[in-house]
Amino acid sequence: MKAIWIYEKKLQYPVRVSKCDPKLAKMLIEQYGGADGELSAALRYLNQRYSIPDKVIGLLTDIGTEEFAHLEMIATMVYKLTKDATPEQLRAAGLADHYVNHGHALFYHDAAGNPWTATYIQAKGDPIADLYEDIAAEEKARATYQWIIDNTDDPDIVDSLRFLREREVVHSLRFREAVEILKEYNSTKKMF
Amino acid sequence: MSTVEKTPSQWRVYRSYHSPFDPCSPRTRYFNVPPNVLQPFQTSARKQFAPHEALRKGTLWPEYYSPYPPETRGGEAE
Amino acid sequence: MSETPPQMPKAYYQYLHELQSIDFVLCELTLYLDTHPEDEQALAQFTQFQKRKHNLMTQFEAAFGPLYEFGVSPISGGKWTWSQTPWPWQV
Repeated sequence: MKAIWIYEKKLQYPVRVSKCDPKLAKMLIEQYGGADGELSAALRYLNQRYSIPDKVIGLLTDIGTEEFAHLEMIATMVYKLTKDATPEQLRAAGLADHYVNHGHALFYHDAAGNPWTATYIQAKGDPIADLYEDIAAEEKARATYQWIIDNTDDPDIVDSLRFLREREVVHSLRFREAVEILKEYNSTKKMF
Repeated sequence: MSTVEKTPSQWRVYRSYHSPFDPCSPRTRYFNVPPNVLQPFQTSARKQFAPHEALRKGTLWPEYYSPYPPETRGGEAE
Repeated sequence: MSETPPQMPKAYYQYLHELQSIDFVLCELTLYLDTHPEDEQALAQFTQFQKRKHNLMTQFEAAFGPLYEFGVSPISGGKWTWSQTPWPWQV
């Protein structure tokens, strides 16, 4: 039906924030523009599709697409935590450096302020190497969500973060299955 | 006190070597072994959460649900 | 001072949550079918949930405006409402 990505005017999962706490935004930005964040994930998988065997292209397309939905969720959390914060509140949250460069804008950098870079994502052109990279990326993202949850006492944010963490578990499972599918490649009946 | 768990725990316990010169008191540490690691290929789609619960849990598949923070981490409590 | 746009009614959130639940089942089944394309029972469930999504989406869009554009969602009331607030991060 569509040969382009299409925007859906809704989030995959509800995002609620129970208090004005810009400090949280500083941590969450790790999953926006960090090495194992959602932007990295989406671009990593979508880019690997052009060299992966046909049987797993669909999976990379669909997981890559879902990662953009997660990126929008993280953006929503950061937006809600910072949109009405004063420069003083942002400074108190350790966001003064961010503010002088970006104001209230979001930016693709990690929690420590390092800008997003293409070197975060790998594309080796070797199906096994690339899928193991993807499995590792999902486990790292899962761990990152754990560390953010450990540092968060906002129950509503934790609720959304637990959802995102569980998605990493399911994505990792699917990539592991993709490895199994590749192992069987020559023994399948249909050869193209 | 240690308890024998019926379902395999998704948590593993470890303690590192503690030197008399380490400044902080020793800490039991845990790491997660999520169900996708224990069962890396889904064999059936029959067992499912109902749609609302699936959304809340972040997966349709009870076999691949990995709670965090965990209710219990298994092993011995300090 | 400029006025803030009116807030969304409670029903919007209820419909949205319903739609998110159905869509989530379809999302999970999509990934499952990507690695298990031969599972006919899962495929049948997918088709069944597609119908539920379609019905729900039709009601939602009639009440709260289009969920997609580029010609995918219907235009209701002869007005272009796609670009109106609220956007997903605003609600």
